[in-house]
Amino acid sequence: MIILSGDPPRSRALSILLIAIIVALAAVPFLFPGAKAMNVASKICIFAALVASYDLLLGYTGTVSFAHTMFYGIGSYAIAIALYGMGPSWAAIAVGIAVGLPLAALLALGIGLFSLRVEAIFFAMITLAVASAFLVLASQLSWLTGGEDGRSFQLPELLRPGTVFVKDFFGVSINGRTLTYYIVFFASAAMILGLLRVVNSPFGRVLQAVRENRFRAEALGYRTVFHLTYANCLAAVVAASAGVLNAMWLRYAGPDTSLSFAIMLDILLMVVIGGMGTMYGAVIGAAVFILAQNYLQALMGVASNAAAEAGLPLLPGLLHPDRWLLWLGLLFVASVYFFPTGIVGRLRGVTRPKS
Amino acid sequence: MTDLAATDALPKPPRDLLPVFLPAILAVAMLPLVGSGSSWVTLTVASLAMGMMIFIMASGLTLVFGLMDVLNFGHGAFIAVGAYVATLVLLPLAGWVQADSLWLNLAVLAPAALAAMAVSGALGLVVERVLILPVYGQHLKQILMTTGGLIVAEQALYALWGPQIIPLPLPTSLRGSFIIGDIAIAKYRLLAMLVGLVVFAGIQLVLARTKIGLLIRAGVENREMVEALGYHIKRLFLGVFMVGSGLAGLGGIMWALYREQVHASMGNDLTVLVFIVVIIGGLGSIGGCFIGALLVAMVANYGGFLVPKLALVSNILLMVAILMWRPRGLYAVTSR
Amino acid sequence: MTDLLKLSGVHTNIGRYHILQGVNFAVAEGKTTMLLGRNGAGKTTTLRTIMGLWPPSRGQIALAGQRIEQMATPDIAQLGVGYVPESMAVFADLTVKENLILAARDGPLDTARLEWIFGFFPALRKFWLSRAGLLSGGQKQMLSIARAIVEPRKLLLIDEPTKGLAPAIIGSLIECFAEIKRRGATILLVEQNFHVAQMIGDAVLVMDNGMIVHRGEMAALADDTPMQERLLGLSLEAHQ
Repeated sequence: MIILSGDPPRSRALSILLIAIIVALAAVPFLFPGAKAMNVASKICIFAALVASYDLLLGYTGTVSFAHTMFYGIGSYAIAIALYGMGPSWAAIAVGIAVGLPLAALLALGIGLFSLRVEAIFFAMITLAVASAFLVLASQLSWLTGGEDGRSFQLPELLRPGTVFVKDFFGVSINGRTLTYYIVFFASAAMILGLLRVVNSPFGRVLQAVRENRFRAEALGYRTVFHLTYANCLAAVVAASAGVLNAMWLRYAGPDTSLSFAIMLDILLMVVIGGMGTMYGAVIGAAVFILAQNYLQALMGVASNAAAEAGLPLLPGLLHPDRWLLWLGLLFVASVYFFPTGIVGRLRGVTRPKS
Repeated sequence: MTDLAATDALPKPPRDLLPVFLPAILAVAMLPLVGSGSSWVTLTVASLAMGMMIFIMASGLTLVFGLMDVLNFGHGAFIAVGAYVATLVLLPLAGWVQADSLWLNLAVLAPAALAAMAVSGALGLVVERVLILPVYGQHLKQILMTTGGLIVAEQALYALWGPQIIPLPLPTSLRGSFIIGDIAIAKYRLLAMLVGLVVFAGIQLVLARTKIGLLIRAGVENREMVEALGYHIKRLFLGVFMVGSGLAGLGGIMWALYREQVHASMGNDLTVLVFIVVIIGGLGSIGGCFIGALLVAMVANYGGFLVPKLALVSNILLMVAILMWRPRGLYAVTSR
Repeated sequence: MTDLLKLSGVHTNIGRYHILQGVNFAVAEGKTTMLLGRNGAGKTTTLRTIMGLWPPSRGQIALAGQRIEQMATPDIAQLGVGYVPESMAVFADLTVKENLILAARDGPLDTARLEWIFGFFPALRKFWLSRAGLLSGGQKQMLSIARAIVEPRKLLLIDEPTKGLAPAIIGSLIECFAEIKRRGATILLVEQNFHVAQMIGDAVLVMDNGMIVHRGEMAALADDTPMQERLLGLSLEAHQ
């Protein structure tokens, strides 16, 4: 209870699902030690934290930001540039974190102070513009960021797959890669639990009051711009930390893996599908979305080929694995409309939308 | 209509004209920096042409917001759809496009533009009914729904036309430039400016002179009172939304011809530009949108010439500067 | 005499607040009915509910025998209901002329009727082509009322027209209401000022806590000082 900050899942089905996801993620290195399964599992961990930080904004303050991938990218690039420039050392990781996280916070502060005074809709537009400019900037400043190719780098000795701790643990080799996975796993879990604490603190209640009625919150004497900016900075720091983990896992940072607009859409989809304003929704949304992305796409490919062989018009194009986002977009619109509370809301049996 | 000579008039408040002169001031200020007069003319014409095209795309967005407080994040989809629909007319009739006759060229361009506007406008009808009406008045859901719509539209374009870039050559008689002395002015840019001016004048005329225009302006100020006078503002809104979508489609074909290519991602890219324009102009203001479009285009062109590196973020810098000066844009609309 | 407007058991909720709690009254055709009561009693909500701007959660509203409680605002307006809101809601960006052009829903402005309006609101002629936003408060009120009567309407809903206006302007408004009545319109008028109400009202309704607590002839209430104090003295206290 203490670790959940007094905000338990409040639904047996939801609890079982969450426990299943967490146990599965914790056990992946032993159950499915293959590269693909490990990649999927660590991506779920990282995105669960990233989406949770976005939920702090969208679900708890009701502000839509399109700049969240920018912060994610700042974390990724900071660690990548540091390790690339300074060589694979722990000091480089420390420098990357020490530069990346404050930079993200500072940028969030700037954007917040500049544009949070205005309505949500204005904020959404401004963040979209800023994020797109940042993306262009990152792909153009190739001397620093490696441009479109991004930056590949080496991790410190301890975290490399070559560093074997236990050669054969029931047929599984425990190595530096395993250690990296658990760093990702526990760091993500810590961030999500931290966010859960934040939203259940008095500060979190103020955020929700602002979301429900900003005017009234202001009339009650809360400096809403301060609260919103603070939430924005916090979300940015968590997003940047998720970016750090992402770069460490991939040993690479580039526009496509850490900055693109497609990632922003993925985050939006995950938070809506999982359930806005619940935090648990982030974990579920990330797990469901990423599993579907990795395993359903293959299914679409099979269906597309079958449709092509059957000589059906249009269907092969619509079912092509690259058109995966088309179906997700439809699912997204449908879930905003029909299930605004997402999977978590459904499992909790809430029929009334929260916002 | 009753014509009454006003026996008296109230003193008019000083008109806020500074923003109107801003593009001109900027252009003049750039002259010494650019140095060469002929480059300056070329850049200025390029800015005006680009600005007019962006204005055409953005005008619908700003009106829709002003009238009903609805911001369509999927507006870019109409732009891309317009461009793709144009290829349906222009590519099969490539013979006419390539013919060296202005009349044949226009005879194929006009139906292409009309088709682009019609399809985008019709799509606007669907989007308004399916995506916007159900979440009317809820900003958060509006943003999410229309963003979802943008994804679906973009992906549907990929599915229908494939992911490759479709080349769309300019009609023969619109290629090349008029040469006056050492100044070259691209013919297509002149056409773009002309169309932009016609659209701007048309919108202003409708808003100032027709009953529909009066209703739109009244609705921007006070929706409820327009309804209490007996007008169905949602029908009016649907009309404005469809016209705005159609104009985005027109902007789409113009932009595609300007770039001489069509790609589904153009909607996405232009959305950002269009958003900056309507923010700068003041959400809901047509005049502000026009000036904003010119400023954005000027900063892009002069900036790209003078400091190419800066061009990437120049629009953001412009937006920040304008919002520092006027936090609600150049012309803030009264009620918001 | 027939009832033009009849409310039976009307409840209106705004958000979590239950404002109208079973309002029953009828407005007689061709008469001016005053709706009195202290601030927050639900007078404005009653007018807005009739107009369809806040739909009732329960109850029936009938206009000339036709049920209107489920109808949309524009359709209610088209049945011949004119509305003058408390905020006046003139379109500031439009000229006086343009405001009236919009109000004349069924066709071009009727010159004779305009002259009639100018008769008691000469300022509107004077500032015909000026932007409405530049008018004074009293002139805006005149424009708002002119908008409601620029074409013949069966029923006029007028919300606190005299609020914050100078006595001279109040005088011309009183004259105007008398003129409108003479032309056969039915008026439901919310008023705080009892002296004004006394001068223009035929019938009177008093509201408190979202219900009608008194209905009767204006003259009877005007003569009955103890009853005035019981019903409206309350409102004086509530104001202080």
